[in-house]
Amino acid sequence: MDLIFVNLIDGLVTGLLLFMLSAGLTLIFSMMGVLNFAHASFYMLGAYFAYQISLALGFWMGLLLAPIIVGVLGAGVERYGLRRVHQYGHVPELIFTFGLALLIEEVVQFVWGKNNVPYNTPEILQFSAFAIAGNSIPAYKIFMIFISISIFIGLLFILTKTRIGMIIQAALSYPRTVETLGHNVPLIFMGVFGVGTGLAGVAGVIAGPTLGTFPGMAFVLGSIVFVTIVIGGLGSLWGALVASLMIGWITTFAASYNIRFEDILLAVGFSMPENMAESPFRDIWNMTTPQIGPILPYLLMVIILVVRPHGLFGKRGA
Amino acid sequence: MRKTTKFGLTTAIALIMGSSAALAETVKIAFIDPLSGPFAATGTNGLHQFEFAVEKLVNEQGGVLGGTKFEILSYDNKTSPQESLVQLQVAIDQGAKYIVQGNSSGVAHALTDAINKHNRRNPDRRVLFLNYSAVDPALTNDACNFWHFRFDANADMKMDALTDVMAEDSSIQKVYIIGQDYSFGQAVSAAANAMLAEKRDDIEVVGDELHPIGRIQDFTPYARKIIASGADAVITGNWGSDMLGLGRAILENGFTGPIYTYYGAADGITAAFGETGKGSLRLVAEGQINPPVSDRASEYIEAFKAKHPDGNISQPRITNVIEMLAKAIDEAGTADDVVAVAYALAGLEHEGLWGGNMIMRTEDHQLIQDVHIHVHTNEDITFDFDNSGYGLMSENNIVMAGMDSPTTCQMDRP
Repeated sequence: MDLIFVNLIDGLVTGLLLFMLSAGLTLIFSMMGVLNFAHASFYMLGAYFAYQISLALGFWMGLLLAPIIVGVLGAGVERYGLRRVHQYGHVPELIFTFGLALLIEEVVQFVWGKNNVPYNTPEILQFSAFAIAGNSIPAYKIFMIFISISIFIGLLFILTKTRIGMIIQAALSYPRTVETLGHNVPLIFMGVFGVGTGLAGVAGVIAGPTLGTFPGMAFVLGSIVFVTIVIGGLGSLWGALVASLMIGWITTFAASYNIRFEDILLAVGFSMPENMAESPFRDIWNMTTPQIGPILPYLLMVIILVVRPHGLFGKRGA
Repeated sequence: MRKTTKFGLTTAIALIMGSSAALAETVKIAFIDPLSGPFAATGTNGLHQFEFAVEKLVNEQGGVLGGTKFEILSYDNKTSPQESLVQLQVAIDQGAKYIVQGNSSGVAHALTDAINKHNRRNPDRRVLFLNYSAVDPALTNDACNFWHFRFDANADMKMDALTDVMAEDSSIQKVYIIGQDYSFGQAVSAAANAMLAEKRDDIEVVGDELHPIGRIQDFTPYARKIIASGADAVITGNWGSDMLGLGRAILENGFTGPIYTYYGAADGITAAFGETGKGSLRLVAEGQINPPVSDRASEYIEAFKAKHPDGNISQPRITNVIEMLAKAIDEAGTADDVVAVAYALAGLEHEGLWGGNMIMRTEDHQLIQDVHIHVHTNEDITFDFDNSGYGLMSENNIVMAGMDSPTTCQMDRP
């Protein structure tokens, strides 16, 4: 029972981290109608930049500066890369971001090497905030939750309550009308791209110390981010939040409990094959939830696409 | 027409003979390991250690057979068995008599098989396989052959050493085994279960699981399970980012017992663990770095660090490969007749640079040597890893580990 509460907190941390990535991506996706394959690479850049800055100026300056650098870099990519490619259609855009992702990974390996870099949590947060039945919750996790929630509230406020937020929302749905009204839509797109990649940078900065900072970190997280925004519905901030939390909790609980498929199948009423070694379904009988945990989000995505093609909160189809 | 053919043939033979005469000047050792791709860092680091060992331990000491020098030729196999076989052929064509490889037992299996066949078909161009790191026990058991020599303790021997130490620690009552879901992770789990049951039947294995390799983003749920199981110790064969992710998650979420690993050090892992891993992280391996065993060993590390400031002596056994090969060549009186060298190498006794005696077991060509349990710490560390201040301190020494371990090897000797 205690473990359930601990898992809820762990899943929340994973989910909120995913949210910071998917929030930016979902806005960019609905704006340009193109998957930004390089989005997770900006997450990785955030971690590496923060590591480099933390060596000279400490963790907190890294937290402040790295996302800004990543955001400016992202805005630059939109202004001088994507905008030029855009006129040739969606496929070249897709290939462009895909190439960019590979390029960023190679550059990171070239500059920082292929090993893990020693990017660690700041000493002031290296203590256990509280413990539940012997499971300590590190203070750094509470800090991660705090940062992510503040960002969500901030984003929600800007997008729904401010004038600039309303223009962004309008530009996402009706870019031509907004342009006719005299707003600089390309500038808005560049800004959204910059903020989106900057958010990915923040996620990298705070995830790097706990999940490891290594050249494969973008790859590990990359595909799951796309799954999140498809489940949540394109362009929906709430959708991104709900889907992120769902995935966070699903993967955490699946990995935490060793539920054997044998038990599930027996409970449902199947009978055990007499000769297990020769049964074609042997693998299914032997599976446990931690083994299939990492593919559950993909399964969920397929189901959502079939049942509700525009996602949980989306307004249009993928 | 026939004359031309004859002339061409003679020229070709003359050329081949001329080139083989030129090749005879050095003993060529082919290094076949990843120099690009995800494991390039490990491969490159190994290559540097080989080049340095050859220079320092053989060439600067006057070479073998009264003046013949060693030379390392490097070939990139991208950790692929197919690519390794291509590179093996290139290496043999370029005159290599000795093949060294270590990363991935899958590659080692492909190489040992190919070399066995090559030597049977080409008795005049035989080569030896000196395996410095691939630890799958099968290589010196069912899949053994006369041409393969292993210089690392195999996975079972390491587990034997590890469980010896655990068996003496009465504070360990519950053990959790976790690994990557592939052949090596499964082998570690099987060996741990069997040996713990044999040595301490009161130890309870409270968890034994495999996770998808390279796909886990956050190991926290696994860490929770380990802590909730009440385990006193953890055993894992994880490597790379899976090692770091798992270790960190376990430690950050409140585990304080020992974590016994195969690969929890060097290549950035030591630096990334830093203070977190202190006192908990253990590593089973041959070769003692701290405390330094002799002035000679210290000088060797210092000279290596001077040449490769970012490198580590992460595979001390590499010096044994080179020193023992040099010894065997001198004893055999030839570097070209690898059969004679192989007979000299089998049963060869050696006092390693890192202390301790070792012997190449004749029955299966497995080097029997001291295996150490190291602890990750920053106290009294003379030579750190990753320039981090943290390094490995030898805690336990299992002398001649696995000396009487059984082998199923049945070798055909020429």
